[in-house]
Amino acid sequence: MLVLAIDSSATASVALARLHETGYDLLAVRETDDTRSHAEVMAPFVREVLDDAGVASSDLDALVCGTGPGPFTGLRAGIVTARTLGFAWNLPVYGMMSLTALAEEVFDSALAAGHTEILVATDARRREVYSARYALSAGGYELLEGLTVGKAEELADLPAYGRGAGLYPDALQAVEGFSDLQPRARFLLAAAARAGIENLSTDTSALYLRESDAKVPAARKKASA
Amino acid sequence: MTEQPLVLGIESSCDETGIGIVRGTELLTNTVSSSMEEHVRFGGVIPEIASRAHLDAMVPALQAALDEAGVTLDEVDALAVTAGPGLSGALMVGVSAAKALAVATGKPLYGINHLVAHVGVGLLDDSGIEGFSADFLDQLPRGGLGALLVSGGHTEILAVRDITGDVQLLGSTLDDAAGEAYDKVARLLGLNYPGGPAIDKAAASGDSKAFVFPRGLSARKFMGTAEQPGKHRYDFSFSGLKTAVARVVEGFEARGEEVPVADIAASFQEAVVDVITKKAMLACQEQGIKTLLLGGGVAANSRLRTLTAQRCEEHGIKLVIPKLSLCTDNGAMVAALGARLVTEGRAPSGIDFEADSSLPVTTISV
Repeated sequence: MLVLAIDSSATASVALARLHETGYDLLAVRETDDTRSHAEVMAPFVREVLDDAGVASSDLDALVCGTGPGPFTGLRAGIVTARTLGFAWNLPVYGMMSLTALAEEVFDSALAAGHTEILVATDARRREVYSARYALSAGGYELLEGLTVGKAEELADLPAYGRGAGLYPDALQAVEGFSDLQPRARFLLAAAARAGIENLSTDTSALYLRESDAKVPAARKKASA
Repeated sequence: MTEQPLVLGIESSCDETGIGIVRGTELLTNTVSSSMEEHVRFGGVIPEIASRAHLDAMVPALQAALDEAGVTLDEVDALAVTAGPGLSGALMVGVSAAKALAVATGKPLYGINHLVAHVGVGLLDDSGIEGFSADFLDQLPRGGLGALLVSGGHTEILAVRDITGDVQLLGSTLDDAAGEAYDKVARLLGLNYPGGPAIDKAAASGDSKAFVFPRGLSARKFMGTAEQPGKHRYDFSFSGLKTAVARVVEGFEARGEEVPVADIAASFQEAVVDVITKKAMLACQEQGIKTLLLGGGVAANSRLRTLTAQRCEEHGIKLVIPKLSLCTDNGAMVAALGARLVTEGRAPSGIDFEADSSLPVTTISV
């Protein structure tokens, strides 16, 4: 089946692949390196990816959307794009936690290095990281703990992958060669192929992990004589 | 393109997710989903909460609007969306959704100025403006139309000579919007959010002359003269007014006296409405404007309506007020202006423009 994936949890990316029983064929990809242009690039990326692959929207079977965690404004740009495309094309939209893309991307290498448990982490800004802990086995990876947002120092002492690890090398065992990694849509497709798209959830709620910063104002102090 | 294009407009610049659909000048639906209730406990709009609400309201609002208008996305000729000004995170949701619709359907997309769209409701057959229909904006005298936009996010005077080609900002607030001042003063007085209706209600039984509160930027050094206008002749400032109210309230509290809420509310409201209407009249007179449109959510305020009507009459200016559902933020106004741009054959905006939280009124479409 033809599946289009979108992720805007850190950088912005769009990927198109044909998923089949034993894996997937990547047909086209667009990715940014920067983390602040989601609302501008997302729609053009979708158009370009379809054009590149010579695929008409009517050929698509489903959409996959990274639901975060990630900085709020950029994250919303991707989710609203996926939901609106799904609405207009009358296609199902499956939500996937964005850190899954990192676990998927590093899995082979981490397993080959003999790791049985790893952390993946992305930049949560405010000197914090978003993270998740995975167990690895020959059969695949499994989410053990997370999602969390917090200080890198508070995380388990495990090999750590992703930009979140690279930012805090003193606190985390950042694995060399993987310390700039960001979640990307192509690896959401790989993860979807591994899990079987029929096993995914259609819940695309944004994983903010933090409340809005708004504080309910305290009762006003009355001036006294 | 047809003379009566079917246009879907999206508005998300503040706390309202609005979808409007028009066929030329005919309004088919004006669907609004508001997150206002979620902001009550904060006493003002919280941008992040508004943005989250837009994300979850968008697709349901689109569905509801299409259902209510009895049209399909395929039938739509063009799309329009508020590109700014407004809350940047909130704008981003509407703009991203609109671009996705443009990609999905292949329809042209227009990124539109929110403030000009407020005036664009005058392009609708049934804008609620007495004695006028859709040709209202084309029948204006040479001086064009003045627009006084007063809301929780805006306080502006515009000169609209051509709704798609020539819009000028005559004056605006330097700090708080009028509606924001209402919210803050309501809180000082222990009244509810939103402050506009709460203060309007409390003021009804108060004496508007009980206290004399400052009229911001009314001093000669800001105003100048008609010949040599000062820098802020048509501009507003409400932060000093809010502070003045706070001092009075604190004074009563410090003396252990009961705060005369109704009198303060009435006096505050009079100060706001007096300075807004006075400057609007001045701008109209000096700029040769003979028709004034009142828009924005504060257009619901009874004292603002009364005093604007009274002063317009004194100055020989025709006052027009669209119906309230078209004064507050809505998608219909975006669709209406979009339809006019389509009819005039203006180029669409494409899909790689940015939302601009401070888009100037001179940029009618991006």
